[in-house]
Amino acid sequence: MSVRARILPLSSAIEECVRDGDSVAMEGFTHLIPFAAAHEVIRQQRRHLTLYRMTPDLIYDQLIGMGAVDRLVFSWGGNPGVGSLHRLRDAVEHGWPQPLELVEHSHAAMANAYDAGAANLPFAILRGYIGVDLPRVNPQIRTVTCPFTGEQLAAVPAIRPDVGIIHAQKADAQGNVLLEGIVGVQKQVVLASGRALVTVEELVEDFGPRSSNAVILPSWTVTAIAVVPRGAHPSYAHGFYPRDNGFYIAWDKIARERDSFRDWMRIHVLQQPTSTQASA
Amino acid sequence: MNDYSGGEVMTVVAARALKNDDVCFVGIGAPSAACNLARLMHAPDITLIYESGTIGTRPDVLPLSIGDGELCDTALTTVSVPETFRYWLQGGRISVGFLGGAQIDRFANLNTTVVGDYAHPKVRLPGGGGAPEIATQCGEVFITMVQSSRSFVGKLDFITSFGHGSGGDHRLRLGLTTKGPTRLITDLCVMEPDPTTREMYVTAIHPGVTREQLQANTGWPLRYSDAITQTPPPNASELATLRELQERTRRAHAQQ
Repeated sequence: MSVRARILPLSSAIEECVRDGDSVAMEGFTHLIPFAAAHEVIRQQRRHLTLYRMTPDLIYDQLIGMGAVDRLVFSWGGNPGVGSLHRLRDAVEHGWPQPLELVEHSHAAMANAYDAGAANLPFAILRGYIGVDLPRVNPQIRTVTCPFTGEQLAAVPAIRPDVGIIHAQKADAQGNVLLEGIVGVQKQVVLASGRALVTVEELVEDFGPRSSNAVILPSWTVTAIAVVPRGAHPSYAHGFYPRDNGFYIAWDKIARERDSFRDWMRIHVLQQPTSTQASA
Repeated sequence: MNDYSGGEVMTVVAARALKNDDVCFVGIGAPSAACNLARLMHAPDITLIYESGTIGTRPDVLPLSIGDGELCDTALTTVSVPETFRYWLQGGRISVGFLGGAQIDRFANLNTTVVGDYAHPKVRLPGGGGAPEIATQCGEVFITMVQSSRSFVGKLDFITSFGHGSGGDHRLRLGLTTKGPTRLITDLCVMEPDPTTREMYVTAIHPGVTREQLQANTGWPLRYSDAITQTPPPNASELATLRELQERTRRAHAQQ
């Protein structure tokens, strides 16, 4: 069955795709992180989410600090090149604004688990977690024996989120999506998810000349598309705008204290109209 | 008084350890500076891979994150993250992996997960990221860390990445055929694994550093190689290249 993606305003797209209690993966490996979509999730006050993401980044620091998240499945929770995610730490260390359950993996395991999800497999296999403590604290990390060689390998459950959310450069008139640059696990997360929402920098009639191997998600793999220019800021969109490294550095101070964090979120997210991306 | 900092000598010594034909899995911070310094000095053909999937990247400025646009713009090719970890890292294509950590023990096991109990941590650190598999799947591992008794500890709170385990043939017993940590480069000295016990011992001391100073900054009784040397100080060309790279980086990040 091929049902084309519908092009919707961001508020309607979030309303339709994301429900209280959902498991949600907002991906983008440093690049193309769907900040505008996350801000709309915060404005619509979604609660009790299970969030998947390899690198929680500022986007999940914000969702966690606003009390939207019960459970986080992740593999590296820092502010890249800067330091801690203070809201993530406050939730883990002090249960503020609510306790946060962690399900922790390595990057290799998360990447394999998304791949297994897209491939409709129940679990992923990797030669991983050898000699380390994570399997002791995460019962989802188990082992399987290779039926051919007898080798013991690590196994983790496939990631099959209720909703996958990514940002991309372009959608065409048919609702096909084009991604360029660091493509991370975006294709895998869309194909692994029950519903997929894509925000894009621009809508074009046709993608025009491109490599035969360009990363394109056909319209019928996507549920909804919302056009949100600068929708990845302070992350970036290759070919459109660079990563706002200054803002990543500034976030350290903003998020360090609960009050300064809440003030920033009120002014730059809660009081903003939908689709208007706050700039620092 | 030296005319360079501890951080600079650490980066320069780490850069010198890299070879022109190395394929290097690069982390952010000191490793990224060292790898790019090597590329700008004696190893122009070194292949640098960042875990964001940028292969053969030649950044003009150091990235703040492992996925800055600069890395993709200057890469030979950029692949997906599952491909990075499956084909390139697990596939055995990487000769040197570079790691750091919040805590290290005498067998070069690393902790970047928690200080204190996992369920109720005193400090929640970022976690493992790529490190658990980098530590076992790269041909060998170099570690750079600023040395202090708080981070060079007798016992880790959590093993995030496996070094030499409890020493001896521990890696082999787990089926690992890669070398693991072969060099630990700090701001004070260089340590390498003892050939038999695999405990990290001091093989070179940086200029102006004393043994008393080394021990004061280490949480276990340090051992020294019989063939210990003094690190040749960073030369003018190494320092100039590193400082120009850092200055270009500062300017680029301030502009954004």
